[in-house]
Amino acid sequence: MSWINARRRRPVAGYAALLLGLVVVALLYGSLTRQGGTAQASAPPASQQDITAGKELFEANCATCHGFGAVGNPGLAPSLIGAGAAAVYFQMSTGRMPAKEVGAENERKPVTFTEQQIYEIADYVASLGGGPAIPTAEQVSTEGANTALGSQLFNANCAQCHGFAGAGGALTYGKDAPPLTESTPTQIYTAMLTGPEAMPVFSDGVLSPQAKRDIIAYITQTRVEPNPGGFSLGRIGPVTEGLVIWFGGLGFLVLIAMWITAKRRDPRPTGTE
Amino acid sequence: MSDMEETEGHPGPAAPHRVIGTPPPSPRLLGSTTLAEGGDGEAAEAEGGMHLHGLPQDDPRVIVHANRVEKIVAACFIFAFIAGCGFIAAYIGLGVHTVDKTLRSNLALGTSLGLALAALGLGALLWVRHLMPDVEIVEERHELRSDPKERLAFEEEFKEGAAQSQFVKRPLVRRTLMLGMLPLLAAPIVLLRDLGPLPGTSLRYTVWSPGRRLLVAGTNQPLTPAEFSAPGSMITIVPEGFTDDADALTKAAVILIKFRPGELDIPTMTQGGTLIGTMNWTVDNIVAYSKICTHVGCPVALYEENTHHILCPCHQSTFNAATGATVIFGPAPRPLPQLPMTVDAEGYLVARSDFTQPVGPSFWERG
Repeated sequence: MSWINARRRRPVAGYAALLLGLVVVALLYGSLTRQGGTAQASAPPASQQDITAGKELFEANCATCHGFGAVGNPGLAPSLIGAGAAAVYFQMSTGRMPAKEVGAENERKPVTFTEQQIYEIADYVASLGGGPAIPTAEQVSTEGANTALGSQLFNANCAQCHGFAGAGGALTYGKDAPPLTESTPTQIYTAMLTGPEAMPVFSDGVLSPQAKRDIIAYITQTRVEPNPGGFSLGRIGPVTEGLVIWFGGLGFLVLIAMWITAKRRDPRPTGTE
Repeated sequence: MSDMEETEGHPGPAAPHRVIGTPPPSPRLLGSTTLAEGGDGEAAEAEGGMHLHGLPQDDPRVIVHANRVEKIVAACFIFAFIAGCGFIAAYIGLGVHTVDKTLRSNLALGTSLGLALAALGLGALLWVRHLMPDVEIVEERHELRSDPKERLAFEEEFKEGAAQSQFVKRPLVRRTLMLGMLPLLAAPIVLLRDLGPLPGTSLRYTVWSPGRRLLVAGTNQPLTPAEFSAPGSMITIVPEGFTDDADALTKAAVILIKFRPGELDIPTMTQGGTLIGTMNWTVDNIVAYSKICTHVGCPVALYEENTHHILCPCHQSTFNAATGATVIFGPAPRPLPQLPMTVDAEGYLVARSDFTQPVGPSFWERG
């Protein structure tokens, strides 16, 4: 502490404290906006699964909240009868289910189940009452997709929540639209098909499978597009740009202005030296 | 430690409270004999040269300090020269005809120009702060009013000039000059015409008309209630025949939402005797609302399927889609207008009529 005490009265100390504060804010912001989670390999082609194995897995891992037979638990977890294999695949392959806690939004997190196990549980849930199936690799292929149309559809129906570049965004009461930067084509497809959490449903009657492939093509191609403005700043748009300008730019200018206008110490009587 | 601190009862080596950038109170100036920081601090300050202010210009320490600063300033200016040359080199050397090249060019140009200007500024600042004398100079302002002699001379000169120009003597020249200047003076007022034309009644109507089909924006396909049957569905809709008409879509864009049976409950709403919301305008628990926010006209389509909230991204106005898009939060003054809807003979969703109230933000004559 004596080291600090000896130095904190110097003019430099104030600048150092301010600079430290700015660095802390920047680091905090950086850590908050970093997109966590792990990427997941795309789905293998579906094969005949053992529904019994799925039932066992379900009862061990899911039935606590969703109930035996997936009948649901009012106020805690919805019934999964009719939810379909696609919903199970999306929720489990992104790590959102099993949920750790009841919150505004289940975030993407590392997956603890194998692809095989997820397919078994999905088949079990599908056996309870139909619902949308998991698309095959061909169904989500972006081969020959119309990216321009995908861009139109994305901007009309998805961009308002997920952002024009799929960087995600905030919703009401702590909910948020997740970034699409790590989603696999199958995950995007099943999300559109099932409308997880706050997301609306985009069924095949409204957006045909081809239109869905166009949207997936737009999302995946946008990821590798260069950023013509220089730094992407998370591709969120005006919000990050504003934050950087306010905290970084203006803070820097304030520091500079203070340095320029700082008075030097009053004349020192020469006799005291 | 200053006297002030001692009287306030804060003993110990606490730093005095002061605004960052202002000078710390000098112990010796305040008359205290206590040196809080000891001798090493003093030596460092004299050596660092930050506080040589007040010493005579020919003091050896001042001269040593000035010579050192001179070199730093010169280094700044040389760096600015190099960075400036770099800017020119980057401008000539780097092409811009692909995205990648443009990225590189932008980065190089911005960095070099920024460094050059920053180095020039830094050099000038060091120059001013450390080399130029720090003396306040008072410059007296002369009186604004000229003295009587000058005023009289000007008056005479003006009168003489006016007489020589024959401006008063020849009214024809004077009047035609004024006539010639008149249109130019009026021109700025006439240019205001481009603010028009007045909108007339166009703000009250959209292109929706009875029987006009609802098409999915982008794919332009019509929809049947059966195709739009998945509960929780939402889609952006454009009117048939105006799918690429940006002027029309500015007012006519619509969002279509499908509810589970029993979730949708729109009370019959009237405004000034006109029906503006009713369950009769929905088809099979499908409802259509204007996509234009009633606050300042942003596209409002952040639809949360589990809460039935429609959120506007601009100012967080929130509408409850289940009860006729009534406002539950934010600055929007009224619900999103509901589009009257029915199905045509082929089973496709069509408009029953135009919106019964103006869409988008309020305006003066809206009433």
